Amino acid sequence: MTSHQFSKLTVRLGFWLLVALVVVMAVFPFYYAIKTSFTPSGDLFRVELWPTRTTLANYLQIFSQRSFLQAIFNSVVVATSVVFIALLLGITASYALGRVRFRGRTTVLLVILGVSMFPQVAVLSGLFEVIRALNLYNNPGGLILSYTIFTLPFTVWVLTTFMRQLPMELEEAAIMDGATPWVTITKVFLPLMWPAMATTGLLAFIAAWNEFLFALTFTLTDSQRTVPVAIALLSGGSAYELPWGPIMAASVVVTVPLVILVIIFQRRIVSGLTAGAVKG
Amino acid sequence: MSTPVTESAPIPARPLPASYRSTKVRRQRVRAAWYFLAPMLVTLAMVAGWPLLRTFYFSFTDASLSDLGDTLFIGLENYLVYDDGRWFGVLADPVWWRAVWNTVYFSVVSVSLEVVFGVIVALILNAEFKGRTLVRAAVLIPWAIPTIVSAQMWAWMLNDQFGIINHLLMGVGLIDSPIAWTADAAYSMWAVIMVDVWKTTPFVALLVLAALQMLPKDCYEAAEVDGIHPLKVFFRVTLPLITPALMVAVIFRLLDALRVFDVIYVLTSNSTSTMSMSIYARQQLVEFQDVGYGSAASTLLFLVIALATIAYLYLGRKQLQLGGE
Repeated sequence: MTSHQFSKLTVRLGFWLLVALVVVMAVFPFYYAIKTSFTPSGDLFRVELWPTRTTLANYLQIFSQRSFLQAIFNSVVVATSVVFIALLLGITASYALGRVRFRGRTTVLLVILGVSMFPQVAVLSGLFEVIRALNLYNNPGGLILSYTIFTLPFTVWVLTTFMRQLPMELEEAAIMDGATPWVTITKVFLPLMWPAMATTGLLAFIAAWNEFLFALTFTLTDSQRTVPVAIALLSGGSAYELPWGPIMAASVVVTVPLVILVIIFQRRIVSGLTAGAVKG
Repeated sequence: MSTPVTESAPIPARPLPASYRSTKVRRQRVRAAWYFLAPMLVTLAMVAGWPLLRTFYFSFTDASLSDLGDTLFIGLENYLVYDDGRWFGVLADPVWWRAVWNTVYFSVVSVSLEVVFGVIVALILNAEFKGRTLVRAAVLIPWAIPTIVSAQMWAWMLNDQFGIINHLLMGVGLIDSPIAWTADAAYSMWAVIMVDVWKTTPFVALLVLAALQMLPKDCYEAAEVDGIHPLKVFFRVTLPLITPALMVAVIFRLLDALRVFDVIYVLTSNSTSTMSMSIYARQQLVEFQDVGYGSAASTLLFLVIALATIAYLYLGRKQLQLGGE
C-alpha cells in the first residue's frame, strides 16, 4: 500500500468514525430514555445499556393516571387551536405583507420580528392580568391566547416569505377577472399555499406542544395542565426517590409522535426553518 | 376604469400591469391589506403590546399577585432605592447580579459550542455518502424532543447514583467517585450547557447546511485541482461565504439563550448557581407574589435583550460594510 492510499484510507476511516460519533450522540439519550421506560423499577439501580428484563409496568402506571391522559388531551386541544388561529390570521396578514405595497409595511414587519424576540417573562405579569380579566386563568383558553405571542409572528413571517415567491401573473389574471382580494386569497393563493401552511403549521404545533413557562404559570390544577408541565411535575413528589421509570415512559409517549412527524417532514421542516430562521 | 388598453396590443400580457397599476385597484388593494392585517395586529396588541406596557407599569408599583387592581405608584423603588443606610431593589440584589452573570455565561458558552458543533455536523451532512438521509434524520431527533423531556432525560443520565454518565466515566477511569452533576454548584452550569448544546446544535447545523448547499461548486473544484489544503479552503472560502447564515443562527440562538427558562428550571430548579434572569423574574412574580419587583426584573431582562439585538444589528451592518469594501 502506498502512503497516498494509506492516508486516503485514514481520512475515510476518520470520516466514518465522526459520522458514527454524531449519530450516537444524537440518538443515544433518546434510546436510553426508551430503554429506561421498559425497565422494571427494581432494575433501575443497575446501570446497563441493554435491559435484561423488560416490563410495560411504567406505561401502565402513567396511562392509569387520569391526570396524564387529561394533560395529553389538553396539549392536543391547545396546540391544534393555536395552529388553527395562527394560520387563519397569518394567511390574510401574509397576503397583505407579501403581495401589496403600502406605507407602513416595513414597520409592521419590524414589529412582528420584534415580537418574536420578546422574552416571555417580560409579558408574564401583563398577560396574567389580561388572562384573569378574560376569566381564562387555569383554563386551556388562556394558554391558547398566550401561545399566539410566539406562534403568530413566526407564522406570519414564514407565510409572507412563501407568499412573495408566488408568481405575479396569477394575481394579475385574478384582478383582470375582477376578483376581490379576498377571492384572490381563497381561490387563487390558498390552493398553492398548502405546502407552506403544512410546514408552518407543523412548526407552530411543535412550539406550542413544547411550551413550558406559560403553561406552568397560567394553570393551577392537574386537570388543566399540559404535557410538559405534567412531566416536569412528576418529579416534584419527593427529592430522593424520583419515579424515573414512569417519567421516562411519559417522556417517550409525548416525544415519539413528534420524532416521527419530524422525520417524515424533515425536508419541509428544513425549508421552513431556513425561510423563517426562527427558534427551534 | 380608465385602463389604457391599446387595440393593437399584440402581446396580451402588456396591458395587464397597466390595469394593475390603476389607482382604483391599487387603493382597493391597500385598503384590503389593512383589513387583512387588522385581526393579526389586534391579536398581537392584546397578547404582546398591552401586556408589555402593563409589565413596564407594574415595575413602578407595589403590585402583588393576589391583588393586581389595588396598586400604589412607588417610582423606582423596585429598581434601586437608598433607605436607612442600605440599598434595596433589583439592582442592589446580589442574587440578581448572579442571575445576570449566569445567563450571560450560559448564553456565550452554549451558543459558541453550538456554532462550532453545528458547523462540524453541517459539513458532515454536506458530504456525499451512503445513508446521508438517515444520518440527517438522526441528527434532527434532539431538536424534535421537547425541552422539558430532554432535560428530564439528561437529569436521569446525569443522576449521581444510577446515572449512566457517571457509570461510563468511572468505567473508563476518568473519575473515581460519582459526581452530583445537577446538584453540585461546580458542575451544574456545565450540565445545563451540555443539555442545551445537545438539543440545539441540530438547529444551527440545519441553517449552516442550507447555506453550504447554496455555495458554488466550481471554486471547490478549482481549489482541488490546485491542490490547496481542505482546511485552508474551509477558512478562506467556505467560512466567509456562510458567515451571513451563521450570523442569523447566532442571533436567534443568542436571543433564545438570554431568555432561557425551562432547561434550567427542570434540571436544577431554583438553585442560585444556575439561576437565569427569567427564573429570577418568575420566582419573584409567581412564588413570592411580588409583581412589582418581578416586573422590574422582567423589564431589565427585556432591556438586556433589546440592547443585545441593537448591538448585534449594528455590528452586523458594520461588518457587512467592511466586507463590502
